[in-house]
Amino acid sequence: MKQYVNTGNKDTRSGFGAGLHEAGKADARIMALTADLEGSLKMSDFAKEFPERFIQCGIAEANMIGVAAGLAVTGKIPFVGSFAEFVTGRVYDQIRQEVAYGRTNVKIAASHAGITLGEDGATHQTMEDIALMRALPGMVVINPCDYNQTKAATIAAAKYDGPVYLRFGRPGVPNFTPADAGFEIGKAIVMNEGTDATVFATGHLVWEAIQAAALLEAEGISLEVVDIATIKPLDEAGVLASVRKTGAAVCAEEHNSAGGLGELIAGVVVEHEPVPMEFINGGDRFGQSGTPAGLMEAYGLDAAHIVGAVRKAVARK
Amino acid sequence: MANIDELQRISSQVRRDIIRMVTSAGSGHPGGSMSSADFLTALYFNVMNHDPASWTREGKGQDIFILSAGHLTPVYYSLLARCGYFDVSELGTFRKLGTRLQGHPSVDSGVPGIFQASGSLGQGLSAAAGAALGKKLDGDCNRVYVLLGDGECEEGQIWEAAMFCAHHKIDNLVAITDWNRQQIDGRVENVAGLVNLKGKWEAFGWEVLECDGHDFAEILDAYAEAGKLCGKGKPVMILMKTEMGKGVDFMEGTHKWHGKATDPEQCEKALSQLEETLGDY
Repeated sequence: MKQYVNTGNKDTRSGFGAGLHEAGKADARIMALTADLEGSLKMSDFAKEFPERFIQCGIAEANMIGVAAGLAVTGKIPFVGSFAEFVTGRVYDQIRQEVAYGRTNVKIAASHAGITLGEDGATHQTMEDIALMRALPGMVVINPCDYNQTKAATIAAAKYDGPVYLRFGRPGVPNFTPADAGFEIGKAIVMNEGTDATVFATGHLVWEAIQAAALLEAEGISLEVVDIATIKPLDEAGVLASVRKTGAAVCAEEHNSAGGLGELIAGVVVEHEPVPMEFINGGDRFGQSGTPAGLMEAYGLDAAHIVGAVRKAVARK
Repeated sequence: MANIDELQRISSQVRRDIIRMVTSAGSGHPGGSMSSADFLTALYFNVMNHDPASWTREGKGQDIFILSAGHLTPVYYSLLARCGYFDVSELGTFRKLGTRLQGHPSVDSGVPGIFQASGSLGQGLSAAAGAALGKKLDGDCNRVYVLLGDGECEEGQIWEAAMFCAHHKIDNLVAITDWNRQQIDGRVENVAGLVNLKGKWEAFGWEVLECDGHDFAEILDAYAEAGKLCGKGKPVMILMKTEMGKGVDFMEGTHKWHGKATDPEQCEKALSQLEETLGDY
């Protein structure tokens, strides 16, 4: 199988910060807004170089979404940044009215997504954000897998004309994709080719899926790993090509079962190419305090759990 | 630029349009549309720098207007049509399947003159603040106007935006409140109680003007004064004291016509009190 090397754990939010800074240098229309989380969102390089294009909104997320929409009306390209829960659930109606229905070119930068936010616990750990953003007509939903991909996805989001939800996280996670890979919105990325089953993974669970592929190779199971970095629009052709080849699928995400990647891919697979499927997700529950690694294990999201799910899917063929 | 006599004639026609639109649709919001008809007529026909022929959504080189109280589409669409953004005949499609004139403003349907979708209350002031900042960044000296309802000021986001505008010294923004003291469920003071609306805006760091929203001389003076206050580091609010349903005796001063259409008989009675000045659509 293809070998991936972790060049060192890095937080994906820093990938966002680097991508924002680079995009800001290339295009003077790009702006950054935050609700008292400049440091957490790694916006400081951008803010220092372009103070006139950085807007501190204070702890008032609803207003921030509206201000971004108004800026976009005048032709600016605003990125609004906060914790994922506070730029989705807290302001769902503002995003629906001002960004999605309002057709404004606003980018929603959602950090600290999922349970791996860690010790702060369930109030801050959104496991529902993908479902909320997916439900909005016209919203692009991107959940990159590592630092490099988050940086490239940020730059791609800046160039895309329309609303984008960009999801990333707090803790350091393996950085293993090439720095020069670029990012194409709407493309499923085959990370490892296999023949017995496919894991469709999103976010840093792509790394877990690659680890699972290595473990399964030893028992003679050939696992295809597909990185679904763009959840919406889904690369349906890419998904179907893979399941036609492997005949079994596992979906892996740091998100609850309702409305996440698993339900999305299941819908496509059931309609066009029914195969045995298994699901790795947070289920139907809230998060809790803990270390990121401890929570990944406790919620069944790590490589060991993916291995188990693949075995089950293959056995059902 | 229309003078006071002309503004009076236009607003009479706009009120006829409002009544005829909601009657034809069998739904809509005539009450607040009638209370804001005079000062919005003055805004569109005397005050704002705008040109329907060269309109784009980015609004560069022109003033921007955002209707935060998005249910006031009858008066909004009538004014846009009477200004020439689209043909007045289209007003007959209001709220009907396939229309560009959605119940609440849509940018999706491509109506010229509409800068932002609205309808979920409390959000337009934030969008107006963003648009005003965008104009400042572009060195565009034109202004942004936004209309709020008084009941709408019960939404918390209004006060987030109020703080934001003052903190960021957004002084190219003129907000207007249609202070008709009515909302769907009754009188504002009985529903939630705004208590000292003027003092609230002043405490949030705004310049606040008060005006009789049905007296064109006072309205034009207030807009002129607001214009003078622009560029001095503070956002400006004009509180327009109005009557819901103004212009038709049986609709005035009650919340009952907030979101209820006149039936054909009531429509005839209402139209008999409103002079047809520019020709019905």
